[in-house]
Amino acid sequence: MPEIVMQVSGLTKSFAARGSRSGSIKAVSEVGFSLGRGETLGLVGESGCGKSTLSRLMLALLDADAGVVEIGGVDFTHAPAQHKRNLRRRIQIVFQDALSSLNPRRTVGVNITEPMRLQGIGTAVQRRIEARRLLELVGLRAEDEDRYPHEFSGGQCQRIAIARALVLKPEIIVFDEAVSALDVSIRAQVLKLILDLQQQLGLSYIFISHDLGVVKRICDRIAVMYLGRIVEIGPASVVCSAPVHPYTQALLRAIPIADPRRMRIENLGLIEGDVVGVPTENACAFAPRCPMRFDRCLQSRPELASAFAGQQVACFLLNSDT
Amino acid sequence: MSPSPCLVVKNLTTRFGSDRAGATVVDGVSFDLTPGRTMALVGESGSGKSATALSLMRLIEAPGRIIAGKILLDGRDLLSLSEREMEDVRGGQIGMVFQDPLTSLNPALTIGRQIAETILAHNNISYAEAEKQAIDLLLRVGVTDAVERVHDYPHHFSGGMRQRVLIASAISCAPAIIIADEPTTALDVTVQAKILRLLHDLQLEMHASMLLITHDLGVVAAMADTVMVMYAGQIVERADVDTIFHNPRHPYTKALLACVAGIEDDRSVPLEPITGTAPDLTDPPKGCRFGPRCPMVQDSCLRTDPKLRALSNDHAVACILVAEEKVDA
Repeated sequence: MPEIVMQVSGLTKSFAARGSRSGSIKAVSEVGFSLGRGETLGLVGESGCGKSTLSRLMLALLDADAGVVEIGGVDFTHAPAQHKRNLRRRIQIVFQDALSSLNPRRTVGVNITEPMRLQGIGTAVQRRIEARRLLELVGLRAEDEDRYPHEFSGGQCQRIAIARALVLKPEIIVFDEAVSALDVSIRAQVLKLILDLQQQLGLSYIFISHDLGVVKRICDRIAVMYLGRIVEIGPASVVCSAPVHPYTQALLRAIPIADPRRMRIENLGLIEGDVVGVPTENACAFAPRCPMRFDRCLQSRPELASAFAGQQVACFLLNSDT
Repeated sequence: MSPSPCLVVKNLTTRFGSDRAGATVVDGVSFDLTPGRTMALVGESGSGKSATALSLMRLIEAPGRIIAGKILLDGRDLLSLSEREMEDVRGGQIGMVFQDPLTSLNPALTIGRQIAETILAHNNISYAEAEKQAIDLLLRVGVTDAVERVHDYPHHFSGGMRQRVLIASAISCAPAIIIADEPTTALDVTVQAKILRLLHDLQLEMHASMLLITHDLGVVAAMADTVMVMYAGQIVERADVDTIFHNPRHPYTKALLACVAGIEDDRSVPLEPITGTAPDLTDPPKGCRFGPRCPMVQDSCLRTDPKLRALSNDHAVACILVAEEKVDA
């Protein structure tokens, strides 16, 4: 078992519901997992499942209502401001829209080393040297430091954003839909870079995506989220080849495979209904859409429980058919 | 043998900017659409897919213009029609579904009104009758509580529901041709599956021809009968769907499929990105446009502009190496 670099437990966050005085929506509920050194954990789920809220909680960009994020055994969530600032060097994030995450009025070099300046690290000269080194590390040219973000393509901007995420020498990088907006050929280039950097630098990754295909390709473990909760988590190969939760199964069946001999429109899996509203506390959130639901699913909520081969699943079927 | 085509496109060429400075974004594209069949147009950002769709509808705006070609719909050349006649074609014989349903819908009008207006533009009936038809259309595309929902505004709908509204509007005049430009790109996979199935079912019902534009090879494999692969404004390969995926001949098609296999399969398959980036169309490379990125490139590729050549009845490739290979065999 590798060393744990991040431990998340009981993480919960609610937002006040618009147009209602009393109500609130739980965006993330009691989420817990660990991340090992050098490991990549994928977080998948559809729009509104709480993936992005979870990423902001991990980085302490949002305050959690409950729960703890520990980085290297230190409580990040409740750390005092100055300490939090230091801990922030250890976890960085890359967003989906790289161009809008870069400052258009600053050169690429200044953008990349902005975190160093904010943290009071190095002199201006040292920061320039670092910017040039990082640009080459992510496959761009050192001379690009003097150009502006708009002069670069989407894939190149994502490389710049990755360089900036690396500048504080973090142990953990969170990729929030970091390759989703890229064309396939560019996506493959950026994924290759992400994997190469992990090898070289021994980084641990949280890889958030709605695209199970990509997640399967680069992750060691996968956590599937539905309406704020993890419903299944386990080794990537097992979750994708032998999913236990009906939602994971439905998600996998809905992905079109790039092979007309294996998949035509008639075989594409359809799930009943849409993701709706606020889940009730005492029922399975997926029950209204689940093809396998039975009475118990509507009366109480299943907790994550160990299944096979390191998988954990929140579903009553797990106990009923063994 | 095969039924006669309902749309014949010949040498369609669309250029932005002037003759000297500018970019030819659709470069001599030719194809036929057949009733009841789906043609997929696949390619990456900037390859000219959407410009092709907009050209077919004559919706290219200045400084862009169609500089050559023919678009024959039932024997009539759309490029020779007046703007007034073209308005009857749009939404009448050709229905269109775009990627972003929120920007294609008017935020200030109820969805019932928007669909009814499309119907009224093509039929001489009362508003009440048009609204009744709008409700029927919404029911047909799976908006279950359509009687109430016609009075809602676009922002009241989820992304998937908005796409259904747009589809209802696109099929309101029973078009012979449906052009769907990245219809599910902004949607979650479970919603995408439903929208694709809906488009497929409606197409079968109406025996319409569909031009499906997408960058997603999974969607192509699921939906298409025939596939055109586009690169830098040109069609580089055209074949039936099985041939494209199992016997592709153009190096770009092969590279694109390798990227997807590398991404979608497990970790045992190496990631094989295509090196470099797509060419700048204001100054395209000499000879084959894929030449500078092609792993098989020869000197002759950089001198000769490859033409799309038929290898068999339903397979055409624009690569001089493939043509040579065939002569040898």
